[in-house]
Amino acid sequence: MADAGTLSTATALEDADRRKAWGFVAPALLWTIAFFVVPFAFMAAMSLWKREGRDLVRVWNFDNYARFFSENALFQGLVNSLEITVIVTVISVLLAYPLAWIIAERVPKRLQRMALILAILPFWTSYVVRSYSWLLVLSKNGVINQLFLNIGLISEPLELASTRTATVIGFVHFFVMLLTLTIYSNLIQLSPNYRRAAADLGANAFQTFWHVVLPLTLPGIMTGAFLTFVLCIGDYVTPQILGGNNELVLPQIIMLQLGRRADFPMAAALSIVLMLAVTVAYLACARWLKIERA
Amino acid sequence: MLRQISASVLSWAYLALVYAFIFLPVAVLVLFSFQDGRLPVPPFNGFSLQWYEAVFADRKLMAALGNSMVVALVSSVISVLLGFLAAYALARYKLPGSALQRGLLIAPMTVSYLIIALGLLSLMNALHVPLSLMTVGIGHVVINLPLCFAIIYASMGDHHINIERAARDLGANDFKVMALVTAPMLMPSILAAFFLSVTFSWDEFIIAFLLSRFDVTLPVEIWSMLRSGLNPKTNAIGSLVFLASVAVLLILELSLFGRTKKQ
Amino acid sequence: MTACVSIENVSKIFGAFTALDNVSLDIRAGEFIVLLGPSGCGKTTLLSILGGFQSPSSGRVSIAGKDMTYVAPAKRPTTTMFQDYALFPHMRLVDNVGFGLRMRGLARAARDEKALGFLDLVGLKASAHKRPHELSGGQRQRVALARALAVDPDVLLLDEPLGALDLKLRRQMQDELKAIQKRVGTTFVHVTHDQEEAMAIADRIVVMNQGRIEDFGPPSEIYMRPRSLFSAGFMGEVNFVSGRVAAADASSAHVETPLGSLALPAKNFTASAPKAGDRITLTIRPEHFRADDKAEGPTVVLGEARVAGSAFFGTHYRCHLQPSAPDTRALVAHLPQSASVREGEIVPLAVRAADVVALPATGGHA
Repeated sequence: MADAGTLSTATALEDADRRKAWGFVAPALLWTIAFFVVPFAFMAAMSLWKREGRDLVRVWNFDNYARFFSENALFQGLVNSLEITVIVTVISVLLAYPLAWIIAERVPKRLQRMALILAILPFWTSYVVRSYSWLLVLSKNGVINQLFLNIGLISEPLELASTRTATVIGFVHFFVMLLTLTIYSNLIQLSPNYRRAAADLGANAFQTFWHVVLPLTLPGIMTGAFLTFVLCIGDYVTPQILGGNNELVLPQIIMLQLGRRADFPMAAALSIVLMLAVTVAYLACARWLKIERA
Repeated sequence: MLRQISASVLSWAYLALVYAFIFLPVAVLVLFSFQDGRLPVPPFNGFSLQWYEAVFADRKLMAALGNSMVVALVSSVISVLLGFLAAYALARYKLPGSALQRGLLIAPMTVSYLIIALGLLSLMNALHVPLSLMTVGIGHVVINLPLCFAIIYASMGDHHINIERAARDLGANDFKVMALVTAPMLMPSILAAFFLSVTFSWDEFIIAFLLSRFDVTLPVEIWSMLRSGLNPKTNAIGSLVFLASVAVLLILELSLFGRTKKQ
Repeated sequence: MTACVSIENVSKIFGAFTALDNVSLDIRAGEFIVLLGPSGCGKTTLLSILGGFQSPSSGRVSIAGKDMTYVAPAKRPTTTMFQDYALFPHMRLVDNVGFGLRMRGLARAARDEKALGFLDLVGLKASAHKRPHELSGGQRQRVALARALAVDPDVLLLDEPLGALDLKLRRQMQDELKAIQKRVGTTFVHVTHDQEEAMAIADRIVVMNQGRIEDFGPPSEIYMRPRSLFSAGFMGEVNFVSGRVAAADASSAHVETPLGSLALPAKNFTASAPKAGDRITLTIRPEHFRADDKAEGPTVVLGEARVAGSAFFGTHYRCHLQPSAPDTRALVAHLPQSASVREGEIVPLAVRAADVVALPATGGHA
């Protein structure tokens, strides 16, 4: 109604307003177009070029994508990325949900904020340092191996660092914090009357949780899980520090193309593949994702 | 009764275990930053501040620290400013295609930093723009602008419209309305957007890594320190950054957010 | 300062919805005008157009003889007092009231002095350094008034300013609002849906319905001599009795109704002069029924009625009367405290002819 109204009553006053409004929104739009849309389009175009020897062949072709599917070293990167991301997402949700629930339900109200801040405090270690500090724990002469050797649990140090397990631990550490935050904020928004009503109607604690609390917090879980997926699959630092050079993930392979091989078109093509993976994940859980607008 | 007690014990045990998991690496990091020896791993040989001295004596590290601050502050100011103006225009005026504009402004949030960095890098290369702290800052505005826009836009409730109208009715032009009425009213979310931006930019690695050359930011400098393997000096700079961030966080929590809660 | 306002043929159309339909209105300088009507009648749209927050689809608005139709709010000699007060939450009262003066470039000392004067006018000088959230609803309302008046507007527009207050406070603020208007002399245009409020404060009331002006005049005239059935019904309780003009001349008309026939002065036909054969509806206020025909002035008796129920309301008895005539609806009558009415009693339906208003019949009224 209001939109139709402005169309039929476009007046001098409103036109002047509109020109002003364009002026306010233009800087942000131009920045986004110049430094996000254009580079992205350029990269997408470049993924259709090809590197041969030292030269860039600027002819449209799908060779990079064909190579991606035919060369096992490249394709395996996507498989590794997907496997690690799915494992990380599932473990993180399973660990974080009970934690968020305990903070919201068992911790006294006045201590909850404190408990939450504590739960996410290591967030504020620098991103690169966070993975490094896991190295201190997991490496051959690290905390865990030394502890286990001293109490005689093992006689030889375990190979914990530079493995997929190390990568997963590093990721889970980060995302448990993130998910605890999102799930907690979902849980406390839930009116206690839902639970009272369920209990009043004869549901036991488990039934109340399974039939009432869990479904109502599912959108929050899915939003957090999607965020985990996106951040995890696009990350280079954690797998590079903790996973080492075994079982490379897609971002590592992309960085390899940039580094030694200087194959920009291939890096661009792999980036497009990475983006498509995120898009598929988005479409898969789109119906649960509520992007709230006040 | 017994079941209740065991459930409660189980809860607290779980809480303790997950907290232990969360704090284990940080505790190890901080503890061995005081290591009297060359390896930041057990056994702990004794307390020493030598690695902190080494950090403060490291010119490159200190320069990187300064660079990070400059990039974080400048890119956050730009992000908040552009985000605020766009949010004001889109929340208060009817513009054609406003849904599309909102979508476009939010879009970079859904794309991995690596891809944003790669896109900017290939464009800068093609245009022969030299890489510098400025290109890093440009990249950081790209990732923080959507965030600032979204936070500020969401806080521009319709209940503020009449207050802005009243200001306009009393003779304020758009800039005065924004500066004297809208921005002060939205100050909590503007500050939240700003500090979140600063945090993200401060901690961002991949864009800073790919878009810088000679002057680098702190995460990139720390990255290059990692090549020397486990090193208590890395522990020291990591602990410093962590403790400084926690201090800032506590100050904000106590001053800023304590005040808004009272209002 | 004060100014007259002229609204000529203003319409406002939102898509398929006509919010204002060819509205014309002349307001004299210094008048207290109330726009009265149910929600959605167009009164707030009209106020927005006066304030410059919306522009009309067609028509003209002029203030003090100058065309203001497309002038921005800030450039008009009007200020608006908003329903939710719209006080700046982060500013002290003195800064709120001084805001308009600040925009006009007044130096701090001068504007503080003037702002304090206006806070004094509304009795809040002592709270000048408080912030809005420290005030009660009634106090905020006063600050909003002071802020709007501080820039010396010619016309003050008030958008349901008392709507958020409880009843007792609202009555008190009505008196204050009226007193302040008298003191400053500014033209006030005030929107409300509360007819008691309208009568309490207005010099003239504009009754609006479905984007049109139904009636316009001083409160007593709107109440006693409404010019439309809507206006009669909106201003208070009223009985509608359908009828037909049997004969009419320049000074009076003979009307037939199911209750009986009566002669009415021609001036009681407020909408149009009576013609023989017109189908009309008579409007009779409940308090215009007389308990007996000994009341002041000559009365007409419209048959008899049985008291079907009565309740004591303090100032009067509110009675349901079922006329003896067949096929007639029960009527509501307010009988004086002194009247001793008992249920089942038969009473005469006595009214003064001068109190009965005749309006053209529309469908829907029996």
